[in-house]
Amino acid sequence: MRQSFSVGIGGAAGQGVATPGDIFAKIFSRRGLHLNVYNAYQSIIRGGHTYLTIRTGPDKIATTHSQLDLLIPLNQDTMDRHMRLLSSGGACLYNADLIKPGTPADGVQLCPIPVSKLADISRNKIAQNTLAIGAGLSMMGVGFPALESVLTEQFRKKEKAVIDENVSIARAGYDYASQNFKPFAWPLPMTEARYAVLGGNAAMAMGGAAAGVKFYCAYPMSPSTGVLHWMAEHARKAGIMVRQVEDEIGVINMAIGAAHAGVRSMCATSGGGFALMSEGLGLSAQAEIPVVVIDCQRAGPSTGVPTKTEQGDLWQMLGAAFGDYPRVIAAPLDIADCFKLIPEIFDIADRFQCPGIVLCDLLLAEGRLSVDPKELNFNPAIDRGELITSNGSGEHGAYQRYKITESGVSPRVIPGVPGYTHTVSSDEHDEDGVLISDEYTNSVKRRAMMEKRMRKMDGIAASIPPPYLLGPANADVTLIGWGSTYGVIDEACELLRDAGISANHLPIRWLVPLHGDAILDLLKNARHTIIVENNYSGQFARYLRSETSFVPDGNIRKYDGEPFFPHHIVEAVKEQLAGNTKLSVPAHEVMV
Amino acid sequence: MATEVVNPQAIVMADFKGKVDPDWCPGCGDFGVLAAVQKALVELQIPKHEVATISGIGCSSNFPGFIDTYGMHTLHGRSLPVATGMKMANHSMTVLVTGGDGDGFGIGCGHFVHATRRNVDLLYLVMDNQIYGLTTGQTSPTSRLGMKTKSMPFGSIESPLNPISLALAAGATFVARGFSAEQKHLTELIKQGIEHKGFSFIDVFSPCVTYNHDNTFQWFRPRVKKLEDNPEYDSTDWGAAMQKSLMWGDEIPIGKFFERTDLPSLHESEPVLKSGPLVKQNIRIPADIAKSFVDELM
Repeated sequence: MRQSFSVGIGGAAGQGVATPGDIFAKIFSRRGLHLNVYNAYQSIIRGGHTYLTIRTGPDKIATTHSQLDLLIPLNQDTMDRHMRLLSSGGACLYNADLIKPGTPADGVQLCPIPVSKLADISRNKIAQNTLAIGAGLSMMGVGFPALESVLTEQFRKKEKAVIDENVSIARAGYDYASQNFKPFAWPLPMTEARYAVLGGNAAMAMGGAAAGVKFYCAYPMSPSTGVLHWMAEHARKAGIMVRQVEDEIGVINMAIGAAHAGVRSMCATSGGGFALMSEGLGLSAQAEIPVVVIDCQRAGPSTGVPTKTEQGDLWQMLGAAFGDYPRVIAAPLDIADCFKLIPEIFDIADRFQCPGIVLCDLLLAEGRLSVDPKELNFNPAIDRGELITSNGSGEHGAYQRYKITESGVSPRVIPGVPGYTHTVSSDEHDEDGVLISDEYTNSVKRRAMMEKRMRKMDGIAASIPPPYLLGPANADVTLIGWGSTYGVIDEACELLRDAGISANHLPIRWLVPLHGDAILDLLKNARHTIIVENNYSGQFARYLRSETSFVPDGNIRKYDGEPFFPHHIVEAVKEQLAGNTKLSVPAHEVMV
Repeated sequence: MATEVVNPQAIVMADFKGKVDPDWCPGCGDFGVLAAVQKALVELQIPKHEVATISGIGCSSNFPGFIDTYGMHTLHGRSLPVATGMKMANHSMTVLVTGGDGDGFGIGCGHFVHATRRNVDLLYLVMDNQIYGLTTGQTSPTSRLGMKTKSMPFGSIESPLNPISLALAAGATFVARGFSAEQKHLTELIKQGIEHKGFSFIDVFSPCVTYNHDNTFQWFRPRVKKLEDNPEYDSTDWGAAMQKSLMWGDEIPIGKFFERTDLPSLHESEPVLKSGPLVKQNIRIPADIAKSFVDELM
């Protein structure tokens, strides 16, 4: 059971919850510790309730959870909501002037900070935050220099006087805690490792840059906007063109126009924005122009809950753009995978001249995780497929953009090359691009074209690896998940093993095409199978059944907008193995 | 790219002949527009492999299939964002966007306004026949008040929009209007539109002989008056252009309403394109820059 330390910081939006979170994250990661950050927030700019959880420790931390070691409430509301998450050994650091603690559990240390005595609160509005950071780090056994250097960096754009003031307030908090509060029983360890800390959105943007994306366009939509922000900030250094477009319909069409001109082109949105892109995706499919679209799923339907996570768009993707056409759909398993998947899916989209969809979600997009910097490889393999970029000797037969081939892939010329002019279209067409949807309709040609395109699916399937089981081959329970549940299922398996229940894990990354036969083979000896997913209807369970006829022994589903915690899965497994139910819907105990 | 082998002979009309002949109704106004475009390209001596012709959906949007260039026949109303992506990824191409009034001012209206204000360097040619032709005769955003069609058989109760005023208000840097039957005049406007560095918009009266019995060739002929025939008309005066755009009835102005040449086009303002067309640039991130991206996160 991996050891970790969890800090919860909460307050109203605008109170500055994020900055202490960033500071802790930097300090923990520079001590060579892993971290996992989850922010529960609302669709509001000021007010409401924001609650940030940071877990840290020497071992990899794949998921968030509810238990806390340290709670820092910046307002009364947070104290009232979350003090009950502290158990014996935990502590609560709070502004003694403004906040009343209520009754803590046994063994919880209340740490009131006399803010107005330690800082001039008339001048410094966030003094309580800074004092709490200093106090907390003292109790964790972290030396003050680490905090000083991070604060100096954090406020580097402000004047020296501001930096000095904040450092001295932090020092005051630090010293006050050293003199008045008991340190934590487990001082924060240190290792020699060094990690990069990033969120899924930045990871996908960077993955795009590494994959050779030259054109990124978007319309702002939570929780995908972070991809646009990273791209826009780094565009000039990276040599990427970034365009903000008037709506998502414009986005997908502009991305396709750029892709047709010959560059790798990408966009990101959420479920509602993708709905607008659906027709455009069909243009990519019919004209055989590669494009990669990222969907950062959030709770739906419709505007839904913009700041909450869900895995609810799978069936939108399966049905996107109507008709039958080749495509590739994948769901990254964690934040590092958000980076790695992009070059991989681009190679497939380029080689098979088809749309590629990345099914991410808010949990990964806006969470943060420590990643070994070596995994952020900016020199991945890049295969642009069968491209014609020059007319060579000038001698060639009439060019057929949609030439019928055994693989289904027709060599693609980059516009601008002499001697290869042709027209691509969203209408059905013959090998030379001439429409066969009007005067020249021909059922034989239509069938041949459909079969040519669909043959590409065989090539795509051969290019993606089958899934594999993690954990012992023989287990009491097999947990099946897709995309972002990778981390929480992994930790749940550990907790189950500790409780004497052997468990293995089948994570699904490549959704379309689905290696259905390989999955059945992996599951044929499973003793008890349970599919775990963040949606109401069991979208993946239904999909798996439609592809393979496989029905699991049970399902664990959560659709309240909050992610699974490991214990939710553990308790659900226990009740299902006891035969009490086949469908568990864990309740969320954190009041966000 | 390797050294290109280009046929050094002069560019002629036959070069631009499409793989198939147009399947427009005999007498359709679009034939005249097609001929004018081909003529303009020949007079400017632009090789066909440097031209991209991009359309939406509709009778006039079948255009790219009838001219031999790098064509894209895209989605209803979406030609402008596609064309913007294409132009910004390879600004060495001459980009022509062709479509109708339904495609451009109905479903495509939003994109029209934004492509215009962005000043993307392309020529947008709308074959305006004040009707939806390919879907067999419904009211369009430019159909006159009271016009009877299949979708409004008792007469339209909606007023049309004014494409010229709309283009001017959205900030278009080149605005003109042509008439399919005035081919020489139209050819000249197209040449100017192509040479203009920025967003060029030409609304072309291109009568639908099958479904629009109101705005026919015979109806337009006595009404159209060339702005060029009036030596006092100043096409650099936006206010004068706006006034002229509102003229409709016995006299309908055609010609160049407005042009300004002082604004950079979108690709000229885009810093990433300083080193040349995007499609020709290196796709790898240099190691030191990649390292800086990762260092930011540590």
